[in-house]
Amino acid sequence: MQLDDLYRRVIMDHYKNPRNRGKFEDDAVTVDLNNPTCGDRISLQLKVENGVVADAKYTGEGCSISMSSASMMTDAVKGKSLEEALSLADRFSSLMQGEDVEFEEYEDIEALSGVNKFPARIKCATLAWNALRKGIDAK
Amino acid sequence: MIARIREQFPILHQEINGHPLVYLDNAATSQKPQVVIDAVKRYYEWENSNVHRGVHTLGSRATDAYEGAREKVARFINAESSEQIIFTRGTTTALNLVASSYARSVCGPGDEIVLTEMEHHSNLIPWQQVAIATGATLKYIPLQPDGTIRVEDVEALVTDRTKLVAIAYVSNVMGVIHPVKQIAEIAHRHGAVIVVDGAQSTPHMKVDVQDIGCDFYALSGHKMCAPTGIGALYGKKALLEAMEPIEFGGEMINDVGLYESTWKELPWKFEGGTPIIAGAVGLGAAIDFLQEIGMDAIEQHEEKLAAYAMNRLSELEGVTIYGPRERKVGIVTFNLGDIHPHDVATVLDAQGIAIRAGHHCCQPLMRWLKVSSTARASFYLYNTEEDVDRLVSALIQTKEYFGDAT
Repeated sequence: MQLDDLYRRVIMDHYKNPRNRGKFEDDAVTVDLNNPTCGDRISLQLKVENGVVADAKYTGEGCSISMSSASMMTDAVKGKSLEEALSLADRFSSLMQGEDVEFEEYEDIEALSGVNKFPARIKCATLAWNALRKGIDAK
Repeated sequence: MIARIREQFPILHQEINGHPLVYLDNAATSQKPQVVIDAVKRYYEWENSNVHRGVHTLGSRATDAYEGAREKVARFINAESSEQIIFTRGTTTALNLVASSYARSVCGPGDEIVLTEMEHHSNLIPWQQVAIATGATLKYIPLQPDGTIRVEDVEALVTDRTKLVAIAYVSNVMGVIHPVKQIAEIAHRHGAVIVVDGAQSTPHMKVDVQDIGCDFYALSGHKMCAPTGIGALYGKKALLEAMEPIEFGGEMINDVGLYESTWKELPWKFEGGTPIIAGAVGLGAAIDFLQEIGMDAIEQHEEKLAAYAMNRLSELEGVTIYGPRERKVGIVTFNLGDIHPHDVATVLDAQGIAIRAGHHCCQPLMRWLKVSSTARASFYLYNTEEDVDRLVSALIQTKEYFGDAT
């Protein structure tokens, strides 16, 4: 077990310099999700205009894996249609199952592939993506 | 001495991620000595049968083994008699039995249930449910900044409307021992009963339910070297006799008619269905094992280890320890700078060290501490100062690994 497989530089960068952290002043689709087994929490906000995720922000508390995953996800879905965003979420699930998936739109996500070797941490990585699915469902 | 104890736990002698295992998650569950594993195996190989039914030889062997285990539990916590020991799945089921049977029948609107914010969810939600169902009010004993409670606050909170006080003997997060004997005295003065959650005390110290004077006492086998799925409820005889069963079926009946039935005497009226026989046998073997070493010796060993761990951990820069500075029990809950406990636990696991990270089934307490989660190292009779040293050096490496996150 190599820790560096899990905590890659890209992940630590997103953890220490989170993108899209914050809240919208005005209306947005808001999803609050928590992980009851560990206490991690995310509040995801999506601005959806004409079937496209125009902007995304999040606040929350959690470990480096869950928070860096939220940072990457919110960056990756910006400008994507809802279908494209769902397809990203599907591919992320495959990545967590150990499949070889590429994210040519947003390569940082591939750094999370190592999480697959740490079964206890998969739910950390998927928290933000589950919030995304719920947000899209709500739309 | 400690080497001889460690030899008896097969699971400890393995490498995890290339390092010798250091198991520091004993407040979650303990490891099992060979004698317990063998007792369960022997039961299935030589004694297995249903209890209190068969006329055949195996039926008697199984019944003797099961009822023998009940007597061991009774003696272990100094119950007046073994009929006051009801086998349950664990502490959770034991507490729920008191809530569903006793508390629901005695509580009404305006009555009070007194507890603390630091209770494990299993000693909090059952009372919440009773309050919702009966209109009773929950009252929380205030916590001091170090996580202790003051007897005078209990004195002020308990009134003649209080029907029940529920409290852990030892907190599973803060590592404090609550003054349950004094609280029992206060409760009784107001005509209330006291329910003691003994999940974290029974494995680690000498427990005397008669000396405490508690009305109910719940324990889990798996935290004291026994298998999972077995625990017990102790209750005062008069209370248990007056209580209605909450599970109905085989084993617990006296006479069954088409429209009405009657129950067996104590303790069997609360043990509907085929009981956890092998688990009880394992618990009996675990009690023999612990008593052979001696509860006093175990208590002393853990007290020494807790003091050593507190000293070593407080030397570490950036460590926040929750609970009082003085420890008598081997539970140390902490955070390492801003590093999330999950990240700490993962880095430690990579070095073969098992600790708990999360809310420890104490969400209200986490809110009170103003943290979302914490890391927890908890010790047992087989842990050593070397284990603490391994923990501390791994924490130093964790800080280095996460760099300026601390």
